[in-house]
Amino acid sequence: MSATSDHLNQDGLKKLAARESLTFLGLTLPYLLMVALLIVIPVGWLFYLSFIGRDGTFSFENYERMVTSRSYMRIFITTFKISILTTIICTLIGYPLAYFMSQLSRKWANICMVGVLIPFWTSLLVRTYAWLVLLQKKGLLNNIALDLGLISEPIKIVHNTTGTLIGMVHIMLPFLILPLYANMRAIDKDCLKAASSLGATPTRAFWTVFFPLSLPGLFAGLLIVFVLCLGFYVTPAILGGGRVIMAAMKISSNIELYFSWGAASALGVVLLIVTAIILYIASKLVSLDQFGNK
Amino acid sequence: MKNTSLNISIKNVSKSYDQFHALNDISLEITSGEFMTLLGPSGSGKTTLLMVLAGFTNPDCGSVKFGNEEVILKPPHLRGIGMVFQNYALFPHMSVEQNVGYPQKLRGVSKAETQESVEEALSTVKLDGLGHRGVHELSGGQRQRVALARAIVFKPKILLMDEPLSALDKKLREEMQIELRQLHDALNMTTVYVTHDQKEALTMSDRITVINDGKLMQLGTPNEIYKNPSNAFIADFIGESSLLPVSVNKSQISFGPETIKTASPPAQDGKFLLVVRPEKAFVATDKEEGVNYFSGVLLDSIFQGESQLLVVKLAPLDGEAQTLRVRVPNGSITQEALPPVGETVTIGLKVADSYLVS
Repeated sequence: MSATSDHLNQDGLKKLAARESLTFLGLTLPYLLMVALLIVIPVGWLFYLSFIGRDGTFSFENYERMVTSRSYMRIFITTFKISILTTIICTLIGYPLAYFMSQLSRKWANICMVGVLIPFWTSLLVRTYAWLVLLQKKGLLNNIALDLGLISEPIKIVHNTTGTLIGMVHIMLPFLILPLYANMRAIDKDCLKAASSLGATPTRAFWTVFFPLSLPGLFAGLLIVFVLCLGFYVTPAILGGGRVIMAAMKISSNIELYFSWGAASALGVVLLIVTAIILYIASKLVSLDQFGNK
Repeated sequence: MKNTSLNISIKNVSKSYDQFHALNDISLEITSGEFMTLLGPSGSGKTTLLMVLAGFTNPDCGSVKFGNEEVILKPPHLRGIGMVFQNYALFPHMSVEQNVGYPQKLRGVSKAETQESVEEALSTVKLDGLGHRGVHELSGGQRQRVALARAIVFKPKILLMDEPLSALDKKLREEMQIELRQLHDALNMTTVYVTHDQKEALTMSDRITVINDGKLMQLGTPNEIYKNPSNAFIADFIGESSLLPVSVNKSQISFGPETIKTASPPAQDGKFLLVVRPEKAFVATDKEEGVNYFSGVLLDSIFQGESQLLVVKLAPLDGEAQTLRVRVPNGSITQEALPPVGETVTIGLKVADSYLVS
């Protein structure tokens, strides 16, 4: 359409729109550059490295090893086992807590939230070592249990799967609670009142109304926890005591002990792809904003 | 879809939060099949009273009976009431059909029977064929109808509504008022309706209970409440009256230097307020017997479609400005001959339409 006198200020308005687009581009450019430099290029480099064999030529040996070697299979199983167990335990502890907090008045809920967030703000390493102190053979927990006569000799709760799980659940819990709580807060309390006025017992109202409405928050939390667990390093390394070997630790030992960048890269690529597949399936199962537009 | 309905008997219900009396010794009889509106400004306690009936708020003391049965100690889910909430409170994860069928499912009604009752309820609220829609695909008015269908599908004997129309636009709200009233007449369930909109209350109710500051101010038919407000609060709250301060001395009523006559002579001496309904007041051309006259300056003249609103400034009394509102019907001879703003006008109010409140 040409700019005639019928279209007042058309050119000027077009320029305004163009300037606005430019502003947005300018604002997002630093981030786009960062993603390109720090994510796309390194991941591409990793991908390339994973296809370079020991002798420096193109080969599939890094991937072949993963399928054929029993030790790699064991690592994958451990990684998934620990991640799934952590996610389940986090849900069992986090869901009731988030529910409880969502039913409190804002003031008390905020106080509880500080309790959830303080560990979240504390260094991961500090918390992991704190657990080591608490859980070790002559640690606080064993001593108290011995003094109370609950056990006759110290029990082994660290440097194994149990210790790893305790530490990981503690560290992952806020990641589950935060999205879940936000979701539960947004659930219209009148919906529960409505269910109750229509004849639902409190239990029935919870399972037929509250729980389904909390699912988007629960899935969001589960997903974050599970994906973070898959690549977790510090806590299983310290609390697992070398007996719990997860994928991230294998990547690290491939590089630090064997200087095998190819093997490490291949494991990294597999981890990335598995995570991407899980995210994709999850997004198909529940569209997280299906209850949006309230 | 005729129901047998129940009467509701509220006795000495009180509820306070700290020092605040949300409900102050309320007693009220709602007859079976009646459309009763609880009317009051926000914070008056009307919603608290409704929540006491529904069982979501426990009063400090008092009795609530549905029929002959005391329900005050019963949890909400055992009270068998239908309830419509202000923001609809539809279940967003369920379709229209599932929402409306929810109470039936809870009651263990068979699938075929549920289907039938859901269709009947949806057709009652004129939503036939929308059962498969998601709640988010509906407009505000349609959501309101779904909420209503869900509340009536199990044929409750009592229907409670908490400002159900407040989120709708004016035109739709007025249509729904008439529709809700027709629905009530068809279903014959005892209905308790909460609103802060006096016009809505006047339109829909058999009787209105005016509540303010947690106290029952007046109970009566819309006509009684409008014509004989029992105090200044109600006279001011219902309609858009102007209230003029008058003093009574030995049955002689005076507004400043003027003497005023009322339909019924005042029982006692003291300070009162003269209620002037804007539609009862008129612009006077010559003076007759049996009419009170006020003269003042035309401050504003506002065209409002079906009528013209005049704001007249009277002579100040004891230093306080006194204004009168007068409504002139659109197209009337008076409207054609209205003086310009700033001119002096004389306003008449028939003695028969003049009454005092304390």
